[in-house]
Amino acid sequence: MYPAIVFLPLAGALLAGFFGRTLGDKGAGFLTSLLVLVAAGLSWIAFYHVGFLGEEARVPLLPFIGVGDLNTSWSLRIDTLTAVMLVVVTTVSSLVHVYSVGYMSEDDRQPLFFAELSLFTFAMLSLVTADNLIQLFFGWEGVGLASYLLIGFWYHRPSANQAAIKAFIVNRVGDFGFALGVFAVFYIFRDVNFDTIFAAAKEKQSLTLPVFGYQANALTVICLLLFMGAMGKSAQFLLHTWLPDAMEGPTPVSALIHAATMVTAGVFMVARLSPLFELSPTALTVVTCVGAITAFFAATVGVAQNDIKRVVAYSTCSQLGYMFVALGLGAYAAGIFHLFTHAFFKALLFLGAGSVIHALHGEQDLRKMGGLRGPIPFTFIMMLVGTLSLTGFPFTSGFFSKDAIIDVAFASSAPAARYAYYLLVIAAFLTSFYSWRLIFMAFFGKPKDEHAFEHAHESPPVMTGPLLILAIGALGAGFVFADYFVEAGYAHFWRGALFTLPSNTILEQSGHVEAPLIKWLPTIMMAGGFLVAYAAYIAAPGLPAWTVRNFKPIHAFLYNKWYFDELYHWVFVRPTAWLARFLWIYGDGAIIDGLGPDGVAARVIAVTKRTVRLQTGYVYHYAFVMLIGVAVLVSYFAYLFRGALFKI
Amino acid sequence: MPTTISPIEAATGIALQQYLTVAAILFTLGAFGIFLNRKNVIIILMSIELMLLAVNINLVAFSAYLNDITGQIYALIVLTVAAAEAAIGLAIIVIYYRNRGSIAVDDINSMRG
Repeated sequence: MYPAIVFLPLAGALLAGFFGRTLGDKGAGFLTSLLVLVAAGLSWIAFYHVGFLGEEARVPLLPFIGVGDLNTSWSLRIDTLTAVMLVVVTTVSSLVHVYSVGYMSEDDRQPLFFAELSLFTFAMLSLVTADNLIQLFFGWEGVGLASYLLIGFWYHRPSANQAAIKAFIVNRVGDFGFALGVFAVFYIFRDVNFDTIFAAAKEKQSLTLPVFGYQANALTVICLLLFMGAMGKSAQFLLHTWLPDAMEGPTPVSALIHAATMVTAGVFMVARLSPLFELSPTALTVVTCVGAITAFFAATVGVAQNDIKRVVAYSTCSQLGYMFVALGLGAYAAGIFHLFTHAFFKALLFLGAGSVIHALHGEQDLRKMGGLRGPIPFTFIMMLVGTLSLTGFPFTSGFFSKDAIIDVAFASSAPAARYAYYLLVIAAFLTSFYSWRLIFMAFFGKPKDEHAFEHAHESPPVMTGPLLILAIGALGAGFVFADYFVEAGYAHFWRGALFTLPSNTILEQSGHVEAPLIKWLPTIMMAGGFLVAYAAYIAAPGLPAWTVRNFKPIHAFLYNKWYFDELYHWVFVRPTAWLARFLWIYGDGAIIDGLGPDGVAARVIAVTKRTVRLQTGYVYHYAFVMLIGVAVLVSYFAYLFRGALFKI
Repeated sequence: MPTTISPIEAATGIALQQYLTVAAILFTLGAFGIFLNRKNVIIILMSIELMLLAVNINLVAFSAYLNDITGQIYALIVLTVAAAEAAIGLAIIVIYYRNRGSIAVDDINSMRG
C-alpha cells in the first residue's frame, strides 16, 4: 500500500508525460486525477492505520548509495508525521488535479501540465516518506524542480520565466545551507539514516564544529544550516522573495505547491528532525525569531497588495511563520497541526481565487473587482469559509490551530517567546484585516469593471466540487483532529514521531492558559481586523484612499514589500550581473575565445587569405611555376650528380 | 669529352654546340611564349610545339653526333605525339570557345582560388 501511494503519481506523471498525445487533454487529466485520487484514498487508510491503530512501518525498497561509510537506501518511513503529510499532500493534490481539469480546459498543453503536477506530487511524497537525509534531499530538490517547471508553465510570458528562475535561485541559496547541513550531519554522525542520527543525537550533544575559526556547538550548526534550507523552501523572512512572484504560475499550482504542500516542506523537515532541533536551544530560538518576523512582515505587506493572488501568497508566507514559531518553541505538534489545517483553508482560498479569476477571464486586480457575490455566489461562500478559517473564527480549523500556536507563544518561557507572542497577535489582527479587505473588495461594493462583471459566470462543477470538499476540511478539520494533534490524544496519536525532551511540556502549559483575555485575544484581534476592514471598505469607502494619501511613505513601504526586491537587486543581482558580464565579455570572449578557438581560426583565415592568392587560375602562372620547379629540380640533381653527369 | 671531330661536323662545318644553342634558344622562346603570352591559347599551343621542336633538334643532333639511330626514331615519336597533342589541344579550345565565348588567356581563370 505505501509504495503505491508514492509511486501511483509517478506512474501518472510518466504516462501523461510520454503518452500525453495519445491520451489527449481530457484523458491525461482524468488518468492522473484518478491515480492521485487512489493514492489519496490509500493515504487516508494509512492515516487511520498509523495514527489510530498505531501500525508504523518501514518499507525498504532499494539500496541507493553505498560509498565508504555512507550507506543509504530507498525506504519509506511511515509514522504519524508521515501519515499526516501523506493525507495533506495527496488530498490537496487530488483535489487540485480535479480542479485543473476545469481550470486548464482551454490550455493547449494540458497533458504536460498534469504530468508536472503528478511529478510534483511524487517528489513531495518521496520527501515526506524519506527515511534518510539523502532521500529527503531527493524529494526536496524534486519539488523544487516541479515548482520551477510549473511556475514557468506559461513560458511565453517573460514574467513567468523570471519568477521561475527567481524561485529556483532563491531556493538554491537555502539548499546550499541544507546540503551543508547534510554534510555536517554525516561528518558528525557518520550516517544519514534518521534512526541512527536520532539515536546518537544525545551523545553528540557536546561536540563542536569549527566554523570560521570558532568552535561552535555541532548540533546548533547542523540545525541552523538545515533551517536555512527550510527558510528557502518555506519562504521565510530574507528568503521569502520568490513566493509572491511564484504566483505567475497557474492558480491550481499556487494552491498545491505554494500554499498547501511544498512550502510546508521546511516545517515538515524541522518537525522530522525534532530530535536534533530539540537539543539545540539556540537553533530553536532562531527558528522562533525568523518565524515571528515572517508572520508579522508578510501580514503587513499583505495589507497593501492589490493582486488577489499576492494577498493570499503573503498570507501563506505569514502562516508559515506561525508554524515556525510553534516549532521553535518546541510545540512541534502545534506547528504540524497548523500545517494540516492551513493546507485545507489556504488551498480553498487559492482555488477560490482561481475561480474568481476564471470568472473574470484572467483579471487578478482587486481594484477592478467588486460586487461579485451576485454573479458567483458559490465561490463567494467558499471564499468566505476559507477566510473565516484563516482568520480563526471560533470553531473553524484555523481557530484551533492558530490559537494553539498563540497560546504556546504566551505560555512558553523560551527566550524569544514573548517577542513572538506580540508579533503573532499583531499578525493575527493584520491577517483578519487583509483577508476581509480581499473579501470586501472582490465581492462587495459596486462592480468597477462593468464589462467583466456582466460576463462573470460561476465555475463548472469540476472546479466547485473540490472547493466544497476543501471547505468541509477548512471548517471541520480543526474540530475533529485538535484532540489528537495537540490535546489529550497527543501521546497516543504521535507516539514519538515528534521528539520532545522530558522537560518540554509546552503543550500542556499552553492548554492551561486560563485567563479569558489571553484565551480570546486572537479572536478579539480577528474581530478587530474585521471591523476595521468593514469600516474602511464598506462603511466609509473613502478611508483607504485617505490613509494612503496621508501616510504615503508607510503605504509605499508596505506596497513595495519593504523594498526587499529593490535591496536584493542592488546588493546581489546587480553585482552578480556586472561580474557575469565582465567574465563573459573579458574572461570568456576576450581571453578564452580570443586566444582559443576564435584566435586560431582567425590566424588560419589570415594565412589562407594570402595563400589563396597563389591560385590565380591562369594557366601560364601554373606553367611558369612548373617551369621554375623543373629548373630547380634539374639544377639540384645536376649539382648532386655533377661528377657522373659530365663524365660521358 | 671526346676531342675528335665528328664526321658530321667535318662534312658540314657546324659543331654540335651550335645545334644545341639553337635548340636552347627555341626552347626558351617556347617557354617564354607560354607564360608571357596574355592573349591567345592557340599561341600557348604553338609555344609548346616550339619547345617540342627544340627537343627534336637536340635528339637529332645527338643522334648524328653519336652515330646512333635511336635518337632520330625518338624524334619521329615526338613528332607523332606533338601532332596528336595539337589535335586534342585545338579540339579542347574549340569546345572551350563554344562554352565560354572566348579563348583569351586572361579570361581562362575559373580555377582561381
